[in-house]
Amino acid sequence: MDALIEKLKKQIIEQLNLAEVNPDEVSADSPLFGEGLGLDSIDALELIVLLEKHYGIKIEDPKDGKVIFQSLRTMAEYIKAQGKG
Amino acid sequence: MYIITSYAHIKHHQVAVNGELIFKTEPTHSLSEFLSEAYKSMGIIYPKFHKMDAQCKLGLLCTEFALQNSSFLTNSSLTKTAIVLSNSASSLETDRQYQASIADKSNYFPSPTVFVYTLPNIVIGEIAIKHKLTGENAFFVTEKMDAQLLVNYADILLGQYAEAAIIGWIEVDGDSYEAFIFLVENGEYLNKNVIFKPLNQSTVNQLYNQTLWTH
Repeated sequence: MDALIEKLKKQIIEQLNLAEVNPDEVSADSPLFGEGLGLDSIDALELIVLLEKHYGIKIEDPKDGKVIFQSLRTMAEYIKAQGKG
Repeated sequence: MYIITSYAHIKHHQVAVNGELIFKTEPTHSLSEFLSEAYKSMGIIYPKFHKMDAQCKLGLLCTEFALQNSSFLTNSSLTKTAIVLSNSASSLETDRQYQASIADKSNYFPSPTVFVYTLPNIVIGEIAIKHKLTGENAFFVTEKMDAQLLVNYADILLGQYAEAAIIGWIEVDGDSYEAFIFLVENGEYLNKNVIFKPLNQSTVNQLYNQTLWTH
């Protein structure tokens, strides 16, 4: 799980152009939105694309995103649960 | 009377503010590298900058350079500051990038973060968000920097719908780019020591055509 979380962290920082974010300061349980990484609604769409592009996972119901994108850990758990991690 | 209190011009990997070159990088740098270096040189922390397309980065930076050492924002009401920008290529450079991202149907992952910049007036939004400006705004697409159009439109806004304005030209098209921003305020309320540049077509053209570039 830890390796997947680290991989996700790098992918998110790269895909979302979070140039001033120090990966070492982002914990697995930090909120992705609001505080923590401070992502916005467009970033949420980009995370949906990231899951599809890198893990072949399609989120059909946008409401699921609220739970899946809480933190790096919840994302990693979701990917594992889909048998893709 | 409305006057131009500060202006900035970015071209040829150089930045000039009020007629003086203040920053440059090697001409061999890419536009992306130049913008990144210019951002660092300002010493500001604005993480959203890195998410923007080149046109928004260029427009935001040019505005920041014009605002640097200026009392424009403290003099002006946030709700009465207009932003009027223009260019000739619209959002063509980002349109091309977005098109490239959807051209391969077997690798079809349209990027939302690229798509949101496929309109030229987004740069106005980025400047407005950065400084919490909620005044009038407009973006014009014209063949060249049209001082007459910009001054005429500013004349309509100023006094009635706006008290101050950020006006200019923000162009990115392939390797070609240029940004020119000038700040307009009501001269009656300003310190008399402010250098007097009346807002008119002749002044705007004169400032725009200053030969400043070293390469």
